[in-house]
Amino acid sequence: MNSQLLIGYTVRDTFLNRLSGSTKLIGFVALSIIGMVTYDTRFLLGVLLISLILFHFSKIKYHEVAFVLQVIVAFAILNLVMVYVFAPSYGITIYGTHHMILGSPDHYFNLSWEQLFYEFNLLLKYIFAVPLALIFLMTTNPSEFAASLNKIGVSYRISYSVAIALRYIPDVQNDYRTISLAQQARGYEISRKAKLMTRARGAVQIIMPLILSSLDRIEIISQAMELRRFGHNKKRTWYMAQPFKRNDYLALIIIVLIVLVGIALFKVNGGRFWNPFK
Amino acid sequence: MNNKNQSSNSIRTVVATGIGAAVIFVLMKFVAIPMGIPNTQFNVAEGFLALLAALYGPVAGGLAVFIGHSLNDFVTYGSPWWTWVITDGLVGVALGLIKNRLNVTGGAVKTMKLVWFNLYQIVVNFVAWVLIAPTGDVLVYHEPAAKVYLQGVTSWIVNSVSVAIIGTILIVLYSRTRAQHGSLKKEK
Repeated sequence: MNSQLLIGYTVRDTFLNRLSGSTKLIGFVALSIIGMVTYDTRFLLGVLLISLILFHFSKIKYHEVAFVLQVIVAFAILNLVMVYVFAPSYGITIYGTHHMILGSPDHYFNLSWEQLFYEFNLLLKYIFAVPLALIFLMTTNPSEFAASLNKIGVSYRISYSVAIALRYIPDVQNDYRTISLAQQARGYEISRKAKLMTRARGAVQIIMPLILSSLDRIEIISQAMELRRFGHNKKRTWYMAQPFKRNDYLALIIIVLIVLVGIALFKVNGGRFWNPFK
Repeated sequence: MNNKNQSSNSIRTVVATGIGAAVIFVLMKFVAIPMGIPNTQFNVAEGFLALLAALYGPVAGGLAVFIGHSLNDFVTYGSPWWTWVITDGLVGVALGLIKNRLNVTGGAVKTMKLVWFNLYQIVVNFVAWVLIAPTGDVLVYHEPAAKVYLQGVTSWIVNSVSVAIIGTILIVLYSRTRAQHGSLKKEK
């Protein structure tokens, strides 16, 4: 089960794999920011459609991401229900009209097309970036990712921190599993069957060795890096860095166009919301 | 000499950020206990963050939790929930600011300091989770205020408890393994 929790990079022969990491990073960040701000249904649907088409071309198999997708959908639904419980007439406030399905706007719990439409927009916002994120995660080599961060202007020390994090996540995870099994063999119960306090105590017994060994690891790695003169120069080069090719420029132009459409829609709609009820 | 020390400290910050982010990621993924309200959980990671920030300062603390939290959001929810990721980063910075005051590496931390530390972290978590994060959600994501403020208050409570229990335990245990400052005396 644990292996399904993490999704990772594998070599696939698609044009998405050949794009440079910087292009994919810029694309993901730009689209996720514009999608975060906008509430234009047409725009969100358009981006979702484009990202689903890209997902199809990326040759990622459904079963590789099935578990992650189920978790995402479950959380999205939980959130939508919660939004409804806490603000059942929020849609009416936003769109300024009320087309009722059930009840009247005077009651706390009512159901209006405006509310449904608002929550549909929320759902789109929760999920529109998911295919993009999966493509980004599964077609970008982690080592190249650090190089791309540095290329788009993040300082190389911070990029290197990200590289270290990506490099050591599997190690820390292995440590965690080993320690957890060892402590369970000694009788600490951490499964769902145990009571909350027992579980918490079990968790402390696991994280103590994990954290102390990680602190040791910090010392060892920083000494090794110091011996290799890390941080001596103002710049560094990256073995995994990829130069921009024709396709990268094409992709960047398309991304800029999509973002411009998103910004233009703010002007057209006179705000962040597209209002079909007017 | 001074210069050399500085460069080795900056390397340690880089490494502590990376490893710290990896540990925070693993803790968030495997040792989180859901609280019943969507997207809020009892995170052991916040307790670890307190120790990491107290040891390596605001830059390492803030960046480590920023990277760890966004990677975790990436593989759990598909895309990072930026307002909360940034707020978590700010918490890391704030907890790192008291590095010198707490002085974990200088031997066992006194009870008064621990009380002071806990008051400080409760205030920091309050500002972060009740004021900054939900307000960001309302402004950026346009979510209903009642929902995000409930999530915020829950996060404030569970994160403060996590730092108060796990963070304090970690700081006490770690500082006990360090030699007390000035504990060596020259024999006469």
